[in-house]
Amino acid sequence: MKSTLDSKNLPILLPVLAFSLVLMIWELMVRVGCWSTDVFPEPLRVIISMGELISDGTLFKHVISSLFRVTIGFYLAIALGIPLGMLLGRREIVKHLFNPVIQFLRPISPLAWIPLSMLWFGIGDKPAVFLIFLSSFFPLVVSTTAAVISINPVFFQVAANFNFNRLEVITKIIIPAILPSIFTALRISLGIAWLVVVAAEMIAVKSGLGYLILDSRNALRMDYVIDGMIVIGAIGLFIDFFMKRLGRIDSVFWASATR
Amino acid sequence: MGHIVIENLRKEYSNRRHFSRSPGSNPAEYREIIRVLDDINLEFEDGEMVSILGPSGCGKSTLLRIIAGFDKATSGSIRIDQKEVKGPSPNHIFVFQHSALLPWMTVRQNVGLGLRNIEDKARMEEKIKEYIEMVELGGFEHHYPYQLSGGMQRRAELARAIAANPDVLFMDEPFTGLDFLTHMRSREETVNVHEYIGKTILFVTHDIDDALIMGDRIVVLGGKPSRVKMERTLHFPRPRDFEKYPELGKLRSEVFLMLGVPYAV
Ligand SMILES: Nc1ncnc2c1ncn2[C@@H]1O[C@H](COP(=O)(O)OP(=O)(O)OP(=O)(O)O)[C@@H](O)[C@H]1O
Ligand SMILES: [Mg+2]
Repeated sequence: MKSTLDSKNLPILLPVLAFSLVLMIWELMVRVGCWSTDVFPEPLRVIISMGELISDGTLFKHVISSLFRVTIGFYLAIALGIPLGMLLGRREIVKHLFNPVIQFLRPISPLAWIPLSMLWFGIGDKPAVFLIFLSSFFPLVVSTTAAVISINPVFFQVAANFNFNRLEVITKIIIPAILPSIFTALRISLGIAWLVVVAAEMIAVKSGLGYLILDSRNALRMDYVIDGMIVIGAIGLFIDFFMKRLGRIDSVFWASATR
Repeated sequence: MGHIVIENLRKEYSNRRHFSRSPGSNPAEYREIIRVLDDINLEFEDGEMVSILGPSGCGKSTLLRIIAGFDKATSGSIRIDQKEVKGPSPNHIFVFQHSALLPWMTVRQNVGLGLRNIEDKARMEEKIKEYIEMVELGGFEHHYPYQLSGGMQRRAELARAIAANPDVLFMDEPFTGLDFLTHMRSREETVNVHEYIGKTILFVTHDIDDALIMGDRIVVLGGKPSRVKMERTLHFPRPRDFEKYPELGKLRSEVFLMLGVPYAV
């Protein structure tokens, strides 16, 4: 008879074990703790209310809103951050000009921008999108710059030798060379963006997972609060998995093989 | 075409000094000028295969890079076919000391770099195939460089260089890091390729035998700063070996002696 504990099943089996453990501890805390189940609901109740949220469509609506904002903000960060990073990496003068400002702005948490973003963009999607943009913009600029600087100079000499024009240098040398590290940077900054969206939605908007959590707390529905947290975690997990998969496509495979 | 004239070439590097400065001295004095090459006068005929020899650090790579336009001479002039060299050009392809295949491109794409301006795509593919087969890499068109052995990478790079149809080919120690047999085969292949395309090839090597077996001419650099210590045209027909041509053997001992090894083994 084949054991279920062979090494092929382990990567699935062990996480399932850990999750069950968390569930058990949760259940235990509810039972021995002195909170009322309205304040700290047990797993079963959370699962039932999850069903409610799914069947009446609210959960779907909030998930879509959050994903929409993250997508827009993230794309904006890519569209501006990566070209700027390339410029910083290739042009010494531009780097000396902008790098100090970027290094200064980078450690400021996107959440510190909440007051200003509301002042500038008012109420609605815009301030939230702006915060998400900020959260991924700086990490993307910094890692793109670093990646461009570390490109082997021989490749630029090859480009000069074969008479590449500027566009070809970008599309045939710079982009493919930095792609592997860019994928890692994208994965990390998308993770940050997903962290920030919840906070951003606690202000100024009436939809999204962050809003769901805030609104449920105000209505004293802690089961919905926990549902919101679970969905955020699950989607975050899925995004990370998806980005890891992207990093394995053929055109970036050479990097892991040559390293 | 590939007639090269080098006149009064000199190359200096200025290095920043790191040892302590005496107070009140002029900042300009912190820089130390190192003259690497001096008084280099050479002329290479079109289609010649020239081997450049010299001890490590004597400036062989530097000389090659300057002729190819990747580096600037401090003074002097270099003309290829009567035209002053101002920078890199697809007419003068450099094969780098360490593999410079683009790792994100397949062999086919790499070899195609010098052919990418051909309008007719079918003809382009045909040419790529021809050059890949010339270096016996048929079947590896869709492999990435990391999937090739060191020797195959060198051959792919050679194919890429030749495909660009340059007037001059520069090779900086093209055989380092290859095992003995691959080295011997690559030597032979390079000679064959040279005979086939008939272009000027300048190659730098540490290996005296490579230089004598392959070159139509050898140039030995040496001294501080380096100058041309010996320049010889080799009229021996190929394939060459030292027993067949005792004069070549004598020259070999002479070069060994010149490079500081009294007893050639
Ligand atoms: N960018 C640079 N700045 C300062 N000095 C340099 C620079 N490049 C080379 N040199 C010096 O020039 C000299 C010649 O270097 P080069 O690489 O041409 O030698 P080489 O003959 O090719 O040596 P090897 O056979 O080891 O490859 C060396 O002494 C080196 O220290
Ligand atoms: Mg060298």
